[in-house]
This record gives sequence, structure tokens and C-alpha cells, in this order.
Amino acid sequence: MENIKKYFGLIWIALGLIVGYFNIVIMGIPKIQSGKQEDLVFAIINLGVLTPIIVGGLVTFGYYALCGEFNKKSQTKE
Amino acid sequence: MKNKSLRSVIVASSVGTLIEWYDFYIFGSLALVISTKFFPQTNPTAAFLSTLATFAAGFVVRPFGALFFGRLGDLIGRKYTFMVTLLLMGGSTFLIGCIPDYKTIGFLAPLLVLLLRLLQGLALGGEYGGAATYVAEHAPKNERGYWTSWIQTTATVGLFLSLAIILITRNTLGTDEFDKWGWRIPFWVSILLVIVSFFIRRNMEESPVYLKIKTEGKISKNPLKESFGNKYNFKFVLLALFGATMGQGVIWYTGQFYAMSFIGKVCSVASQQTDTMMAIALLLGTPFFIFFGGLSDKIGRKKIMMLGMLIAIIAYRPIYTKIYNTIDCSHKIEIAEKQKVSKKTALLDLSSNTSIITTTTHKEFSDGSSIELTQKDTLLNNQTIKPNKDIKKAIGLNNKSYWTIILLVFIQIIFVTMVYGPIAAFLVEMFPAKIRYTSMSLPYHIGNGIFGGLLPTVATYLVSTAKSTNSAEWYLNGLWYPIIVGAVCFIIGMIYLDKNDNKIED
Repeated sequence: MENIKKYFGLIWIALGLIVGYFNIVIMGIPKIQSGKQEDLVFAIINLGVLTPIIVGGLVTFGYYALCGEFNKKSQTKE
Repeated sequence: MKNKSLRSVIVASSVGTLIEWYDFYIFGSLALVISTKFFPQTNPTAAFLSTLATFAAGFVVRPFGALFFGRLGDLIGRKYTFMVTLLLMGGSTFLIGCIPDYKTIGFLAPLLVLLLRLLQGLALGGEYGGAATYVAEHAPKNERGYWTSWIQTTATVGLFLSLAIILITRNTLGTDEFDKWGWRIPFWVSILLVIVSFFIRRNMEESPVYLKIKTEGKISKNPLKESFGNKYNFKFVLLALFGATMGQGVIWYTGQFYAMSFIGKVCSVASQQTDTMMAIALLLGTPFFIFFGGLSDKIGRKKIMMLGMLIAIIAYRPIYTKIYNTIDCSHKIEIAEKQKVSKKTALLDLSSNTSIITTTTHKEFSDGSSIELTQKDTLLNNQTIKPNKDIKKAIGLNNKSYWTIILLVFIQIIFVTMVYGPIAAFLVEMFPAKIRYTSMSLPYHIGNGIFGGLLPTVATYLVSTAKSTNSAEWYLNGLWYPIIVGAVCFIIGMIYLDKNDNKIED
């Protein structure tokens, strides 16, 4: 289980990057350029709020997991 | 602490939190009316989305409120901090009810609404963490789930209260008067509720755990730095977000908000029926917060939250397919002789001789349900008709369909109670007392406020985009967001959350 916790870190980093690419290239920039107000509202929410949290958060979480920060030894109280 | 005094702590904390949720949700419950009052009506869909975006803006600032008031709560105490948030929330809500509409003050109207909505979000960001921490720090360690679950009911009861007050106001004034000015009353009611709650809370004492660490000189000097600048705590903030609150947020907002938006906006059920169905389902589901909160003390928080999340993400598509098919009139048989068509003409502008013709068509179906179609065309110089393609539908359900929908919403509320009932205790137990208010508030408000709060806007957009491209199951497209977010959260939670989650000793 400790190894799964650790190596799944790579999945979370990759997922963060994939979501970032998808949100910016497919669901972000084209929506800003579409000229429709509803697309613009969605793009602002997506690019300005969701994407930074998902990408930044998942990549950092994945990095911590990969470093073994969530393994039993590291979780004992400081 | 004795149960009697613990109960008075719960009442004092819960009443204030309930009012804050009420304040926060009347905006969402009145989104359709607000979109017609504060936004230009050249494009109704864009106006509705702008209203949802303003609604969502309140959620987006919640984490900032969590940081600001959380820091205050860890520095000066839980009690005083959530007194401030209560007054800020009540004042902002009351003022939203006083803003003149778009026709009177133009773009200043949506701007003021947005500003007050942001203040509401800041206040709520500070309130919830304080109340949950305050109650948990009074409760015995092995009963935290049970006692904090009373705080967990406040969000649902606040939503229920908002729907109930809207229903009472609408029924008393009639739909026309309500749409004209009566929608402001639920906002004004807030100030009365806040005054009552202020006097109840004024006599509360500070949390014993906080007083203890204060006496021992263990209060954090810089809670923000200790919470997020320290890798040991920050990794738990991230784990709480991605392994619990993110999924909890989307399940909460799917069951209690998206369901309402789906029934009213996507399926076009008349607003009064939508409100009553939601209110009944919420009322029936609320006791389960206490049940699952108490159960989490016995069998652990993780099992209940993860099971709720898993069942929800599997069940959403079948549930929403059933809701759509139950309401959909396209396969129903119309009783032709019962069709009624009425027309009304109202002068819009005397100088240009422009009028609005409202055509209302009432149809009834063999199963007892009905539909009212309202089309508003513009008549220029009493000659040229400029047709409006936007036909407003209002479906009236028969008794069987009405209770079927209530059951389907109720099932979703059960999912909500499973993930939400134990979560306050779960978060409180993840962080030490000296930085608890700050540390637990941030993941809660990002998960619940941002991932959950943005759900109605994102899901509505996904549905409207799928509909415009004639996608086969367009009405289910909005569910991809909660299903994907919930599934990621479930996997992270299952792998990384510790079964023995009561880690922190006070």
C-alpha cells in the first residue's frame, strides 16, 4: 500500500497536467474567442478559478505523494 | 461537558450558521428572478448564466474568507470571529434586497449585487469553520461526529428555509407581484433573523479547548504560515481537499442545487412545484445528517463518506434519466379539447407605439399532467410582429410523477448526508487546535465552495452546449462534472485517507 501511495503520485501529477492542457487548449482559449457571452462566463470560471486549483493542487499533491509524504512514517505527529 | 449545556452550544452555533446558509442560498433559489431584474434581457440564457456566475462569485471568495476569518479565529478566539461574520452576512443580504433594478440604475445594479455577493461569500468562509470547530471543541471526543452533525444540518435546513420563505411570499403576494417586487422580502427577512441570532450568540462562552491553549500560551502567532507554510500541515490541507471535500462539495451541490436547476430549468417544471418538491425531499432527508454523523463515531468517518461518494457517482445518470423521462411531455397523449389559448397585449413604449403580445397556451395530457407555453412577441406600430423564439414552458406534474421526483431527489439527499454528515468532525480531527480554524476552513471552502459552488454554472453550461449541438442525451451532460470530480476524490480518499482518522489530540 505504501508503494501504491507513492507511485500514484505520478498519476496525480500527470492528471493535473492533462486537466491543465484540456482546460486551457480545448475548453479555455477557444471559448474566449467564440464571441458568445455564455462561453466567456464559462471560460473565465474555468481558466481563472478551476484550472489553477486543479493543476497547482494536484501536481503539488502528486509530488508530496511521490516523495513518500503520505506514507505511514511521514504521517506521525511532529 | 454536560449534554444540556452542550445542547445550548449547539443551538447557539447552529441558529447563526443556519441563518448564514439561508442568506447565502436565497440568492441561488431566486436566481431565475434575479437574472430578470439585475441583468440586461437581450439574451435570457446569458443573463441566467451571469446570475449563476454572480452566485458562484460568492463561492469563489469563500476560501479568502476562510483565510481571513480563520486566522482571526485562531488568534483572537472562535466566538468573536463568528459574531463578526454573522453581522457581515446579514447586512449584505439585507442590502441586496434594497438595490434598484437594471432598468433604474443600469450596470450599477449587477455591479452592486456582485459586490454584496462577494461580502456574503467572505462572511460564510469565516462562519462555517468557526461553528464546526466551536462545537467539536465542546463535544466529547467519541461523540464529535454526532454533535457536529447538527451543524451539518444547517446548510440543508438553511436551503429549506429559503425555499419555504420564498414559497410563502410567492403564495401570499401572487406570482406577478412576487416577480415585480416581492422577491425582495426574503432578503429583508434576513436582518430580523440575524438580530435574533446575534442576541443568542452574545451570551456564549469561548471554546474550552481554545481557552486551554490560550492559558498555556500555545496560541499560534501566525496561523497562516503554520497552516500553509509548514509542509507537514499543508500536505493534510491538500489531502483533505482532494480526498474528501472536493467530492463532498460536488455531491452536495448536485443533490441540492443542480437537482433543483435541472427540474426547473432543463425539464421546465413550474417553479412552485419545483420548490415544494425540493423542500419536501430536503425535509425528509435532513435527519440522516444526524444519523450518519452519529454512525461515524462508531464505525469511522472514512467508510461512510467514501461509500456515499461511490454510490452517488454510479447512481447519478440513472437517477437523472428517470427524472427527465418522468417529466418529459413529448411522449404523452394530449387531450385536444382541453387546450386553451389566451392572448394579452400590453403597451411597452408609447413614443414608438410598441406593444408586447403575450400568448399563453395551456395543454392537458391524459395522465393528468399539464403544460403552459408562454410566448412574448413584440408588436411594432400596431402592425409588424417581431416574433420571439424563446417560449417559456411551465409543466405541471400529476401526483404520481410529483412523488416520483421527490423520491429521486430524496435519494440524492441521502448521498449528501453520507458525505456531509461526518465531514465537520473529520476535518476538525485532522488539524491541531492552534491552527484548526484556519487549516480546516480552507480545504472545506475550496472543496465545497469552489468545486461544489461552481457546479450549477458549469453543469448548466455543459447542458446548454450539448443541447445546441443536438447531442442525443444532452440533458445528462451536466453530470460529467460531478461524476469525474467525485470519482477522482473517491480514488484519492480510498488510497490516502487513514482509517484511524482521529489523529489529533487536543
